Amino acid sequence: MLKMEGVSYSYHKNRPIITNLDLDIKAGKITTIAGPNGCGKTTVLKLASCLLRPQTGKILLGEKDISHLSKKAVAREVSVLLQNNQIPDMNALRAVTAARYPYQTSFTGYTKSEEEMSEYAMELTGCKEFRHKNMAELSGGERQRVFLAMIYNQDTPLILLDEPTTYLDIHVTYEMMELIRTLNRKQKKTVVMVLHDLNLALQYSDSLVFMRQGGIFDIHTTGDNHILESIRTLFGVEVRTFTDDQNSYYCFAQSTDTDAIL
Amino acid sequence: MFTFLKFSAAPDKKGWLLLVISILFLTVSVLLGLFSGASFIPPSVLFKVLFSGSTKDPVYRIFMTVRLPRVLGALLAGSGLAVSGSILQTVFHNPLASPNIIGVNAGAGLFVLICSILFPGARELIPFAAFLGGLLASVLILLISMTGRMSQLLLVLTGFVINSLFTAGMNGVLILFPDAYVGAGNFLAGGLSGITTAMLIYPSFGILGGILLSLCFAKGLNHLGLGTERASALGMNVPVTRGLAIVIAAALAGAAVSFAGLIGFVGLIIPHAVKLLIGTDNRFVLPGSALLGGMFVILCDLFARTLFVPYELPVGIMLSFMGCPFFLYLILKNRSRRDMEC
Repeated sequence: MLKMEGVSYSYHKNRPIITNLDLDIKAGKITTIAGPNGCGKTTVLKLASCLLRPQTGKILLGEKDISHLSKKAVAREVSVLLQNNQIPDMNALRAVTAARYPYQTSFTGYTKSEEEMSEYAMELTGCKEFRHKNMAELSGGERQRVFLAMIYNQDTPLILLDEPTTYLDIHVTYEMMELIRTLNRKQKKTVVMVLHDLNLALQYSDSLVFMRQGGIFDIHTTGDNHILESIRTLFGVEVRTFTDDQNSYYCFAQSTDTDAIL
Repeated sequence: MFTFLKFSAAPDKKGWLLLVISILFLTVSVLLGLFSGASFIPPSVLFKVLFSGSTKDPVYRIFMTVRLPRVLGALLAGSGLAVSGSILQTVFHNPLASPNIIGVNAGAGLFVLICSILFPGARELIPFAAFLGGLLASVLILLISMTGRMSQLLLVLTGFVINSLFTAGMNGVLILFPDAYVGAGNFLAGGLSGITTAMLIYPSFGILGGILLSLCFAKGLNHLGLGTERASALGMNVPVTRGLAIVIAAALAGAAVSFAGLIGFVGLIIPHAVKLLIGTDNRFVLPGSALLGGMFVILCDLFARTLFVPYELPVGIMLSFMGCPFFLYLILKNRSRRDMEC
C-alpha cells in the first residue's frame, strides 16, 4: 500500500529528522507508529501525504511514485489528520464539505449529494448537531470529531492520523478508536496512526512500528511477545500485563534499571 | 440594524438576505449622496435638468463635476478596500490583517508620492504606482510570514513594522518635497474632495475587475481558511492561490488609494461586520463587503461634506468617527458568541 525506500528529510541543514528510512505498510491493516518525542513520527506522515517532499529516496503508493502524482490525485489516495492548532475559519459543515475538494473540477460548486455525504459523515462521527457552528466556537473534542468527519468524507483508501485522540476525554477516545476500527473493517481502509498511548496502540492496531532518532527501531505485530521487550528498551519503562477474558491491559512504570534507557 | 438576520437558520439564506438588503441600502445611500451636499438638489429639479440636456445649467454642472464623481469615488474606494480587507483576513488567517494595518495602503501611498515627484504631470501613472506599492508591501509580508512558523500576533506586528516603514517614507518624502503632491494633508487622512471623473477611469477598472475576480476565487479562499496544511493536504496549490489572492487584494487597495488617499478603516471593520452577521463564507462575505463598504464610505463622505458647511472634513476622519463606535458595539455584542482569537 504505502512503501518508503531510503527516505531522508531534514528541516534544517545538518539536522536530519529522517535518515534512510524504509517502511512497508500493508493494505487493510491498522499500523501504529510509536516512539519518543521528536523521533520523526509526524514527519513520516507528512512525507506520506506529500505535504513534504523527501530529499532522498522515494515513496510509493501502490505502484505509483507519489512525486509523479498531482496534488489532487494524492489527496484522492491519502487523507491525513494533523496535529495542527490552526482553527478553520468557517462553520463545521463547510469544513467537512471542503474535504470533497480533491474530487472537484475547476469552479463548480458543491452538489446537493456532496452536501448530503457531508451530513452523513458528521452523523457518523457524532458532530451533526453543531454543523452550523463556527469551528472556533467548538470545544477541542468536538473539533476533533469534525476533523475525523473530514477524513471520512475525503474517502481515501489510505488514512493517516497524527494523535487522533488528543483533546478527547477517555469515553470519546474509545469512541474514536472504535470508529477508526469500523473504518478499517467495514470500509477496508488502511490506517496508519501516531499514538502516544501504548495501551490504545496495542489494543487497536495490527502492528506497531517503533521509531528512534529518525529511523525504524523495530516492527512487531501486536500478538508478538517481543513487542513488550521493544517498549522496555525504547522508552525505558517497565511493562506489566494484566489479562481478563477479553483483553490484555498494560501498565507502564518507571524503569529501575537505568541501563535500559538508551 | 440587521439583528433579525440572526434568527434564520441556514447560513446560505442569511447570506442572500444580507446581499438583498445591502443592495437596497446601497441604492438609498447613492441617491442620498447625489441629492444632498452643500446645497440640497431636490430629485425633481435634478431629473428635469438632466433630461433637458442643458449643460450650462449650474445644477447640471454641480452634479456632473462634483456630486457624481464623488459618490462614484466613495463607492469604488469603499468596496475596493472592504473586499481587499476580506481577502487579506483569509489569506493571512488573521482578523487584524487589513490593508491599512499591514502596510498595503501605506506602500501604495508612498509609491503615489514618489511617482508624482518623478513624473509630475503623469496622473495616469498614479494608479499603477499605487498598485505596485501595495503589492510590494503585501508580498514582503507574505514572504516574511512564509519563512517559518509565525504566530498571528507576530504577523500583525510584522505588518505594523512595514506599515511604519512606508509611513515614515511618505512623511520623509513630503518634508523633502513639500510640493510633491497637491493637497497632501487630504491625501494622508484620506479624502474625496477634488475628485474628477478622469481620475476614476483606471482605478474603476482595477476595482471592478478585482471584485469580479475575487468572486470567482471565493471558493478557493474558503479552502484557504482551513489552514495552510489542511488545504494542501486536500490537494490545493496553496502558494499559488495565496499569491493570486494577494495580487488581487493589492490591486484593489492600490486602486482605491490612488484617488482617495489613505482611507483605511473601512478595510478592517466592514469585513468584520459582514462576518459577524452572516458567518465566514467568502461567497457571501466578498460581495457583502463590496456593497456595505461602498455604502459606508458614501454615507461617511456625505456627513463629512454636510455637517460643517462650508467646511469639509476628509472622509477618513469621518470614517473613524463613525466606524469606531459601531465596531466597538459589534465586538461587545458578539464577544461571547465568537472569539476573535489572536
